[in-house]
Amino acid sequence: MTAHDRTMSAPAPLLAISALDVVLGRTTILKDVTLSIVPGEIVTIVGPNGSGKSTLLRAALGAVRPAAGNVWRKPGLRLGYVPQKLHIEPALPLSVRRFLGLPVRVSQAQARDALESAGAGGLETHQMISLSGGQMQRVLLARALLNRPELLILDEPTQALDQPGAAAFYRRIAQLRETTGCAVLMVSHDLHVVMAASDRVICLNRHICCQGEPEHVASAPQYRALFGTGTGGALALYRHQHDHAHDHAHDSGGAPVRGTAQEAER
Amino acid sequence: MSLLDDFALRAALAGLGVALAAAPLGCFVIWRRMVFFGDATAHAAILGVALALAFSLSVFAGVLAVALAMALTVSALSERTVGIDALLGVLAHAALAFGLVAVSFVHGVRVDLSAYLFGDILAVSRGDLAVIWGGAALVLALMAWRWSALLTATLGADLAQAAGIAPRREQLVLTLAMAMVVAVAIKVVGALLITALLIIPAAAARALARTPEEMALAAAGIGALAALGGLWLAFRADTPAGPTIICAAAVIFALLSAIGGWLRPRDRGS
Repeated sequence: MTAHDRTMSAPAPLLAISALDVVLGRTTILKDVTLSIVPGEIVTIVGPNGSGKSTLLRAALGAVRPAAGNVWRKPGLRLGYVPQKLHIEPALPLSVRRFLGLPVRVSQAQARDALESAGAGGLETHQMISLSGGQMQRVLLARALLNRPELLILDEPTQALDQPGAAAFYRRIAQLRETTGCAVLMVSHDLHVVMAASDRVICLNRHICCQGEPEHVASAPQYRALFGTGTGGALALYRHQHDHAHDHAHDSGGAPVRGTAQEAER
Repeated sequence: MSLLDDFALRAALAGLGVALAAAPLGCFVIWRRMVFFGDATAHAAILGVALALAFSLSVFAGVLAVALAMALTVSALSERTVGIDALLGVLAHAALAFGLVAVSFVHGVRVDLSAYLFGDILAVSRGDLAVIWGGAALVLALMAWRWSALLTATLGADLAQAAGIAPRREQLVLTLAMAMVVAVAIKVVGALLITALLIIPAAAARALARTPEEMALAAAGIGALAALGGLWLAFRADTPAGPTIICAAAVIFALLSAIGGWLRPRDRGS
C-alpha cells in the first residue's frame, strides 16, 4: 500500500523506454515500444512465444542496442536481475555463498538475510549445480536483492516451478515490494497469477498491443485475440481462491483495482 | 646471480612462471569452453615466429603480435556467430599450417622448428626468464584485477550487464591474457602444447575445489608440480622437457579424477 501511495504523489520514473525498435539480424524484434516504470509498481509483460518479451527486458538492462528510440535509466539506478535460467558449467565449482558475492563481496550476515528474504535460507554451502529449479530461482532472487534494488527485473521467474510454487513465488514478490518499496518489471506466462499480482499488465507482440490494469487488459480485444477468452474465467477463479486463502495485508499488493496513476500516464 | 648460471635452475624457474600464469586463465578457458580459442591463438604463434625471423624482430614480440591478432579475430567471430566450433578448428589448424610454410621461406637462419613446436626450456636464457616472469606477472595482475567481473560475465552476459559489467570488455581481457600466455609459454612447452598446459592443470584442479578461487589456486599448484616434476623426469630419463611436463600434468589429472569422488569436498548439503 505505502509503496503505491508514494507513486501517486511523484511518479518520477526509474526506467523510461521510448519509441524503442530492436532489430536482430534482419528481424525486427520490437517496434515502437514505449513504457515507463515508476517506484513501487509491479508491471508484468505477457505475450506469446517470440513476441520479444525477453528482448524487451534485455533492452531495459542495457544488454541490447536499440535500432531506434532510447532506453533511459535513472542515473545510479540500483537494479536487481533474475534471469529466466542460469546455466552453470559443471566444471565451475561455485557455492551459493560465493555466487551471492559476485561481483561485489557481501558479508556473512548480508548473504544470510538475502537468502532468508528469498526463501532460500540455509543453502549457503550448497553447490549451484546441485540446486533444484525452485532453489535456483530463490537463490537468483536472493542475489538480486543484495543490491537493495529499486527496480527488480525478472524474466519468467517461475518457469521451473509448479503451480503452487509459482503462486508462492509471486506472493513473495508482492511481499518484497511491500517491505522494500522496489518496483518490479517481469515477464510471465502464468497468466492468471500474473493478472492478480500486477498493478499493470503489458500485452506484447513485437509491439505493445494493449496495456493497463489487469482487468482492462483481460477484456481488451487485442489480448483476447492473443490468448483467447478462457483466461478471463481462470482469472475470476484465481481471485476467488486468492481472497479465501490469503487475506493478510501483504497480499493486497496483488489486488488489481489499482494503478490508476499509471493508467493515466499512458 | 651465479645461481641463474645453472641452466636447470633457469628451466625450473621458467616452468614455474608459465605454470602460474596459465592457471587462472586455464580455469576460464574451461569454464567458458574456449579450448579451440586457445588452440587457434597458440597455433598462430608459429606464424609469429616466422614473421619475427623474417623481419629480425624478437620472437617474443612477433609471437605476441600475431597471437593477439588471432585472439582478437576469434573473439570477434565468436561474438557474431553461434556454434563456430568448426570455424575455430579451421582457423587453429590453418594458422599452424601457414606458420609452418612461412617458416620454411625464412632464409639465412637455421630454424630449429621443433623448439617452437614443442618448446626448448633447457635453452632458456636470463633474458628469456625476465620476459617470462614479466609476462606472467602482467597476466596474473590482469586476472586478479578483473577476477570478479570475469566470473560474473562467465555466468551470464545479461547477469553481468545488470551489474554494470560490460561482457565484451571482459572477453577482451581474456583475449589479451591469452595472447600474453602464448607469447611467454612458447619457449617452455611450444605452440602445440600450450593449450594442454592451460587446461590440464585446471581440469585436474576441479576435483579439489568448491569455489572458483580454490580451483585457480589448485590449478597453480598442480601446474607448478607438473612443471618441476616433468623437468626432473626429463633430466632423469633424457626425454624432451616440454612434452614430459605435459605428461606429468596428465598423470596428475588421471590420478585426481580417479580418486576425485573421495577427495571432493561435500558439495551437496542434501
